[in-house]
Amino acid sequence: MKHLVKGMIVSTVLATIVAGHAVADDPVRGGTLITVLGSNPRTLNGAVQSGIVTGYPTAQLFASPLRYDEDWTPQPYLAESWDVSDDGLTVTLNLVKNAVFHDGQPLTSADIAFSVEVIKANHPFKTMFAPVETVETPDEHTAVLKLSRPHPALMLAMSGQLMSILPRHIYGDGPIEAVKTHPRNNENVVGSGPFKLVEFKNGEHVILERFDDFFIEGRPYLDKIVMRIIPDIAARTIAYENGELHMGAFESNPQMVNRLKKVDGLVVTPEGYGAIGPLDWLAMNTQRGPLKDVRVRKAIAYAVDKNFIQKALMQGTAADSRTGIHPDSPFYFSEVEIYDVDLEKANSLLDEAGYPVQDGKRFDLTIDFGWPGVKPQVEYVRAALKKIGIAVEVRASADFPTWAKRMGEMDFDMSWDTVFNWGDPVIGVHRTYVSDNVGKGVWSNTQGYANSRVDEILAMAAVESDAEKRKALYKEFQTIIADELPVYHTNTLPYHTIYSGKVGNPPLGIWGTSTPIDMTYLKD
Amino acid sequence: MRVFQSLLIRIFYAVILLTAVLILNFSLMYLAPGDVADTISQSMGGADQEVLDQIRADYGLDQPFLVQLGRYVGRILHFDLGYSFFYNDPVTKLILERLPATLLLVFTAQILALVVGVVLGVISARQPNGIASHFVTMLALFGYSAPVFWTGILLLIVFSLKIPWFPVAGMQDVTIEGGFMAHALDVLRHLVLPAITLASIFLALYSRLARATMLETLGSDYVRTAKAKGLPERHVVYKHALKNALSPVITLAGLQFSAVVSGAVLVETVFSWPGLGTLAFHSIIARDTPTILGILFFSALVVIVGNLLTDLVLRMIDPRLRGRGA
Repeated sequence: MKHLVKGMIVSTVLATIVAGHAVADDPVRGGTLITVLGSNPRTLNGAVQSGIVTGYPTAQLFASPLRYDEDWTPQPYLAESWDVSDDGLTVTLNLVKNAVFHDGQPLTSADIAFSVEVIKANHPFKTMFAPVETVETPDEHTAVLKLSRPHPALMLAMSGQLMSILPRHIYGDGPIEAVKTHPRNNENVVGSGPFKLVEFKNGEHVILERFDDFFIEGRPYLDKIVMRIIPDIAARTIAYENGELHMGAFESNPQMVNRLKKVDGLVVTPEGYGAIGPLDWLAMNTQRGPLKDVRVRKAIAYAVDKNFIQKALMQGTAADSRTGIHPDSPFYFSEVEIYDVDLEKANSLLDEAGYPVQDGKRFDLTIDFGWPGVKPQVEYVRAALKKIGIAVEVRASADFPTWAKRMGEMDFDMSWDTVFNWGDPVIGVHRTYVSDNVGKGVWSNTQGYANSRVDEILAMAAVESDAEKRKALYKEFQTIIADELPVYHTNTLPYHTIYSGKVGNPPLGIWGTSTPIDMTYLKD
Repeated sequence: MRVFQSLLIRIFYAVILLTAVLILNFSLMYLAPGDVADTISQSMGGADQEVLDQIRADYGLDQPFLVQLGRYVGRILHFDLGYSFFYNDPVTKLILERLPATLLLVFTAQILALVVGVVLGVISARQPNGIASHFVTMLALFGYSAPVFWTGILLLIVFSLKIPWFPVAGMQDVTIEGGFMAHALDVLRHLVLPAITLASIFLALYSRLARATMLETLGSDYVRTAKAKGLPERHVVYKHALKNALSPVITLAGLQFSAVVSGAVLVETVFSWPGLGTLAFHSIIARDTPTILGILFFSALVVIVGNLLTDLVLRMIDPRLRGRGA
């Protein structure tokens, strides 16, 4: 499959260069793709909101400077070519000349400069464009990003859903901060992507139709995309199974995934989530009680059977993960310390740490969880730790904000958590481990972990332009993390893409469906 | 005149009650740990502290409780339900978009439950120990005791998956071409399963009550007199007895109206029915206070209107009530 997709990307790229050249597996023009969103998008404007639910529609409505293939190689999109200066401080984008917005206005470098400003002011991921000081626009089709320091993460940040290019003449009518609540984020949205908005009906659907003046000749292939909003997992499962949906992504329910794998005519694949990088882990508050001691954290890792979590709880749908970086990422390093179940070792580590068994137990801990889907995991941890004399109390939260507040304020011992990489490690990985981000809301460094060497490595990796040197830095980082265990990495969140045999060239790159699907088509 | 007066009094009480409910709910939402900034950050895959603080400042969540409450009540007095934090839209717009779907579902289910319930009740009352009666009792108990989300999923599996007669989710198929009739039929097709599911809980109540009151009425003196006069059985049952027996059933239906609306939350969630129920469910999860309170306000209105309608219907079928004020 991977090769097929790759072949198609290569051939379609060729086809656009040599106009009219026949493609090996001829995609078909036309048709309406029925697809699904698992919840209601807050907004369709990806410049002010990240997240996978906004990502899907926004990547169709708005184009970005770059896009990525499944090998993490940047591909031309709005930028037909680009250049990074040797000192890494200047990034020049040469824009395609024929890009227009859905209202017919041409897309120029001024729109790039404006969008960077909007994203810097409104997007939740401040690290993405923080080093970008100015965007110069020497001519209409050249945008020059001036950086205060080298910033290799910029490349991934300029792709997919992270950098929507907005038309300045539409969204620039008020203060930059007000774009967050601009009335045209949800209706009459204007971008330059392959599809334009027909209707967004809250709780029902997002309907998109082909943009005939899209800047890539002959694309997109589909006439229309209907994104139905179906939050209920059971209803979605049946809708895939009886053919009401052609395609859906970001499905992680093991029961659903395994059920649909057996359905004829459906393809269920975990491919294509490397950049999203969703990871499940057991978080441990390194500033509280016995968990301050690394030996206690190690003992816990030795007692918790990852294999049981992956095979039984996740029913074989989830892959192993060992570090804070997703296994599909080029920066992933797997040869770190691992903790195969060893109760004897766990017990002796606890003895050594000064927690002998008294009255049948060593000490008490609590474990939190933020959503019902991971209750089996925390119940399992409770049972597993009982075997080594740790009495664990499961603390449920009424809802997500209750849990988020506990995490944000570090009012917990242990918790189950799911955190995303979001492309470059600078965007989604560093936040969990750097010591200047301790206890700053949910999904910050809620473990209170502080290691000056880790801080140093991550600071170096953030500005290292040489890919190999960067890789070496992240290797050291992952080795330390696996050894000191601020979190115990157990598995990937098993996101799957589900599509019917009718769908040609589904989006299986690194961004899931948070990518333009101008190459996807429906077979006759 | 007296009817008008009593109506005014009822509206007055309703307004006081509604205000109290809104203030109470606002306070409860305030007391719960965490806020909408957390769920917004969740929908974005995490956000920097700076962004969270900005969101709280934007929506006035950093203000003291009394200031927030004062602002909210002030807006309500101006008939302004405010702006949804989570959906970036005015609450009134969100609700009005969703209201028709809920009204359609709730009224269809209520009428379905009433009609079928009464028919079943009468059938079983006429032969209280017959097979039909036992069957009705069993069906009623089953519908009443089975959780509505389970009934819904069961119906989905049978009638959407195994026998694909009905669609799985939503209220309409946007790919359907054609005029009004085609769309109306399409909505009807989508309506069948959710309406049956929602009706199933109340069917039990209505059929049991109809059965009991019918049994009682059938044994009363005037029915015996009617029979003695030589009126045909059918005439006695449907003209004399049923009219009297209906009254308590309809009263109950009116009382149950709020339960139907709250039942709609679950049913709408199972069938992704784009009504107030799904909006309520997701706003609660998102901690979107203005939307939750707005929905509460509107569902209270629906219940009040439903109760008034019940009164009117009662007056129509029971002449004794027409002269009374309440």
